[in-house]
Amino acid sequence: MYKIITKKELNPTVTLMEIAAPHIAKKAKAGQFIILRIDEKGERIPLTIADYDEEKGTVTIIFQIVGSSTSKLNTKKEGESILDFVGPLGTPSHLDGIKSACVIGGGLGTAIAYPQAKALHKMGAKVDVITGFKNDDLIILKDEIAAVSDNHYITTDDKGFVTDVLKDLLERGNKYDMVIAIGPLVMMKAVCDVTKPYGIKTIVSMNSIMIDGTGMCGGCRLTVGGETKFACVDGPDFDGHLVDFDEAIRRSYMYKEQETCSRKEHNCRLEGMR
Amino acid sequence: MPNMSPKKVEMPVQAGNVRNKNFKEVALGYTKEMAVTEAERCLNCKHKPCVNGCPVNVQIPEFIQEITKGNFEDAYQIIKTTNSLPAVCGRVCPQETQCESKCVRGIKGESVAIGRLERFVADYHLKNGKEQIEMPQSNGIKVAVIGSGPAGLSCAGDLAKMGYKVTVFEAFHTAGGVLMYGIPQFRLPKDIVQKEIDLLKEMGVEIKTNMVAGRVFSIDELLNEQNYKAVFIGSGAGLPSFMNIPGENLNGVYSANEFLTRINLMKAYKFPEYDTPVRAGKKVAVVGGGNVAMDAARCAKRLGAEEVYIIYRRSEKEMPARLEEVHHAKEEDIIFKTLTNPVEITGKDGFVTGIKCVEMELGEPDASGRRKPVPKPGSEYVTDIDTVIIAIGQSPNPLIKSTTEGLDTKSWGGIETNEETCETSIKGVFAGGDAVTGAATVILAMGAGKSAAKSIDKYIKELG
Repeated sequence: MYKIITKKELNPTVTLMEIAAPHIAKKAKAGQFIILRIDEKGERIPLTIADYDEEKGTVTIIFQIVGSSTSKLNTKKEGESILDFVGPLGTPSHLDGIKSACVIGGGLGTAIAYPQAKALHKMGAKVDVITGFKNDDLIILKDEIAAVSDNHYITTDDKGFVTDVLKDLLERGNKYDMVIAIGPLVMMKAVCDVTKPYGIKTIVSMNSIMIDGTGMCGGCRLTVGGETKFACVDGPDFDGHLVDFDEAIRRSYMYKEQETCSRKEHNCRLEGMR
Repeated sequence: MPNMSPKKVEMPVQAGNVRNKNFKEVALGYTKEMAVTEAERCLNCKHKPCVNGCPVNVQIPEFIQEITKGNFEDAYQIIKTTNSLPAVCGRVCPQETQCESKCVRGIKGESVAIGRLERFVADYHLKNGKEQIEMPQSNGIKVAVIGSGPAGLSCAGDLAKMGYKVTVFEAFHTAGGVLMYGIPQFRLPKDIVQKEIDLLKEMGVEIKTNMVAGRVFSIDELLNEQNYKAVFIGSGAGLPSFMNIPGENLNGVYSANEFLTRINLMKAYKFPEYDTPVRAGKKVAVVGGGNVAMDAARCAKRLGAEEVYIIYRRSEKEMPARLEEVHHAKEEDIIFKTLTNPVEITGKDGFVTGIKCVEMELGEPDASGRRKPVPKPGSEYVTDIDTVIIAIGQSPNPLIKSTTEGLDTKSWGGIETNEETCETSIKGVFAGGDAVTGAATVILAMGAGKSAAKSIDKYIKELG
């Protein structure tokens, strides 16, 4: 059992939890993820590591309440425990030698962009961060990101997308060794389209459907540069200019029907309608 | 006077058209009377050819003699001295190519049903026996086992009996490896596996789940920082092979590993009571001819698929699956399309709609000694289906290799070992099971685990 040390609501649909897992905190690196299972009947949920504290022995996760499993996770209180928590999984991000970077987070992706920005900042790189949200109420990690970036640009859908900010920065002559984009698939695809003409290496984080997270199921496979790769072991970071996003987007619809069914069932149970 | 019936006492089973709608065990097991009658067919040969056919040297005639006397618990104890998982082996061992293939009764008629008798005795014990755990005197020496499948469990069990302090590290949240995630409930009930694992725990074996070797610790750290005197790698063959044909990344295409893990480990067949979903579809094509393919096909049928095809490029004779599994699949209305090979998976809006196959014919024998299938030109045709399950094999997971410096492996990923001692290229590190051989059988992995335990004991004693 893995204890929830702190729980914080970042916005009405996004929650942060610090989980006691000293052995993982000791090994975790930016770009890696964990898989958790809430209880005996739960599914295995992959979540990128948002932060880790070796001294406290904790790993921070940030999740959006999108389906029945994340709703169930959100009912857990501080001091309670989750059944399984395994990691660190995946290949850490390769940030060596980066002198200046633009890190982009879309919605919940901001939670994953944060440790990347933090790692780069710690290395002494110049870090610009762009974060985008649907509206002002959904903005998360504003202060945290401000603390690890040189410039932090926040945008909301009524003002423009993260790609608009990025285009503007590039047109104004900003130079980056690397752009890191983390968020919805369509956003990452759009960012890659913007950076391609500039020839800026663009890293994306692929949060595919998976079970084990160790290369066993192949459910997370995607096409990168014409080759099949597993997000869980070859990634989750990939060169965005090589990723077949259209295929990845199609694959994300695999369980749409079941998700609706599960959500209905869950809501029925919660609301005592059955 | 032995029972001279040329045929085995038949195993009672659930009828095909009943069981293909439930996940309950197919074979129901012998009654006491059936077991005694079958046991009486054993000639109790002096030279015991059957024992030579057993990778873990179960004392077969001895335990069968106890059955004839009605001493079922004694029979169990005899098996248990060399086999740490009798209830599992009695169900999933390919006895027909091992112990039973050497049985003298098999020359004129059917061999003694050794597997069924082993299962009977193990089940009798689970129901009636009282476990007398002989707690060995601990020597306090730590040994690490990576992977809690058949190889790891048998290695851990034998080491624990010798007094070692064994810790088993498992990547999944449940111990048991392929016995839990791979082999379906209807062939190997999970509570039976769990009971065997609980027994090991009572013997003092510590099992740590949610521990991915190579990520959360390295083998070097186990040896040099955490004071383990030796490490056994039994991490299995977890990497699924794909066919590399167009359409393989469409929604509705599963590796058998994923399909079976969702069903067996995550209990997707009970969705939405359990949270993990699986899409079996109405028309399912399973590609491959091994036991895993049979398991996947039979699971798909149970999930409500109307038509389930096994697509295999050679003829039925070459199928690597156990004969019994092929029979069971046919009884459950699985449709066999042999001498057929997929060339493309077709789809619409990202989902599978069909599979394009080419007919094959058998040519000259290839390196495996089996006749090589060659495509018949112009024989391509498309079958409408909505799910494809690829069961063409698994190779060892590269994670440990890629995170362990100095660990030699073969080109296809198997860990290099000394066949007899299970030693790897790193001092104090041993390996066995599918991680070494590639996907094989439960009992061969258990045999390797046992040999490794012996070598580890010898190695540690020589360290002084």
